[in-house]
Amino acid sequence: MLRILGGRALSLFKKMGHMLMFLLNSIYYICVPPFKFRLLLKQIRFFGNKSMIVILLTGSFTGMVMALQIYHTLSKFGSEALLGPAVALSLIRELGPVLSALMVTGRAGSALTAEIGIMRISEQIDALVSMALNPMRYLIVPNIVAAIIVFPLLAAIFDVIGIYGGYVIAVKLLGLSEGTYFSQIDTFVEWKDVRIGLYKSISFGVIVSWISCYKGYFTEETGFGAEGVSRATTDAVVMSSVLILIWDYFLGSVLL
Amino acid sequence: MIEIIGLEKSFNGQKVLSGINLRIEHGEIMAIIGRSGGGKSVLLKNIIGILKPDKGSIIIDGVDITKLRGREMDKTRQKLGVLFQGGALFDSMTAYENVAFPLKEKMKVSKKTLQEKVSKALEDVGLKGMEDKYPSEMSGGMRKRVALARTLITEPQIVLFDEPTTGLDPILLQSTHKLIRCTHETYGFTGIVISHEIPEIFDISDKVAFLYKGVIEEIGTPDEIRKSSNPMVRQFLTGSSEGPVELLCEKETRR
Repeated sequence: MLRILGGRALSLFKKMGHMLMFLLNSIYYICVPPFKFRLLLKQIRFFGNKSMIVILLTGSFTGMVMALQIYHTLSKFGSEALLGPAVALSLIRELGPVLSALMVTGRAGSALTAEIGIMRISEQIDALVSMALNPMRYLIVPNIVAAIIVFPLLAAIFDVIGIYGGYVIAVKLLGLSEGTYFSQIDTFVEWKDVRIGLYKSISFGVIVSWISCYKGYFTEETGFGAEGVSRATTDAVVMSSVLILIWDYFLGSVLL
Repeated sequence: MIEIIGLEKSFNGQKVLSGINLRIEHGEIMAIIGRSGGGKSVLLKNIIGILKPDKGSIIIDGVDITKLRGREMDKTRQKLGVLFQGGALFDSMTAYENVAFPLKEKMKVSKKTLQEKVSKALEDVGLKGMEDKYPSEMSGGMRKRVALARTLITEPQIVLFDEPTTGLDPILLQSTHKLIRCTHETYGFTGIVISHEIPEIFDISDKVAFLYKGVIEEIGTPDEIRKSSNPMVRQFLTGSSEGPVELLCEKETRR
């Protein structure tokens, strides 16, 4: 029993080490030229442009539902005027980065794992290696850099849309004055809050692109052929989502 | 020159290569024949450096590549061209982009030269006018020919062909072999061809090696192999199910 547990623990540590080495290797290639700018632009479009609709929809509805729920709680204490900052702070510090990262994981992270996984099983990655071209530079680096650029932007859009979603509910539906909603946001939201949200989104970008690329690149670790790619894709989404939430807690407690 | 000495490779305790010894002289085409699943592709992947052997060495132009890593290994790979079994075309690129890719990435050529070279390479493999097709829009044979054009366009010193003609009709098979021969005569590359096309493969090879159960059982010129008295080689050449070569699924054929 002890031997089995020990074996599993060792295997887990080995895998974690392998993943960490993959990330460090990627960081090395991010810093060392030549850089593939065209591939970077393509991946920015892949992460950003194609996730926009999902971000707009989820952002607006999150802001609306928050305004609705928080209003009823605040009204019990007669503090409805604080609805604006309550919605804005929750979005900027917490929900914007986390929810936008989860949405992009589901949409782009899974697609990324599947794409790299298929390249692996159809020997396209081997073809790159045989041409003396480094697959890390062509497949991994552009994705990680693109995610670092795009995640904060998507989170910012999520925040703005969410705040306006909250505004629609608070002002148009619940009768709060427009001035109260926005002036209180202006009073309570500080640059520090925006910075916390920014750090979170950047780190979520690294997590999602790292896990998605790793799972696709080593798809044969999870299984062979189409089944292997399908499992790798599921694993990437689950692992990224869980890590986002865990990392959010740790980062939140450090940055508070 | 390529020299392989005592090469061994196992996967999960199962030995696939059990001590390969092979010497391919400069400018020679060596055909490797043998059963499917006999380790031929694994041997190629060891030569490219995608797989690392458990034991033994692979010496290319005096350098043992099993000891090389990173940029040093890439220097050796610059000399190589590989045609993979399934073609390994980039499926998000058109035929033109696939063939142009190694030229664009590895050599600094003008746009005009690039266009001329790619068009010529596609014409040589009988795919003129197919430049804009994606791999998913092509047949298996067409994909293989695009991959062949991509392999040869950089004029590599050493070319490894993993079943270059599998899935092609007899006319295309002959024309592909002719293309390999002509390119070889023009550029004088050293070639390793893995093939099941017997006896056609004998026409383009200088030497033939028979690989069985991870070991080179017989090696010689095409004529020597044709006349071989080795019962395993004879059985393989005639395609008989009776003989010393084990059937892969005896239990299943009995059912």
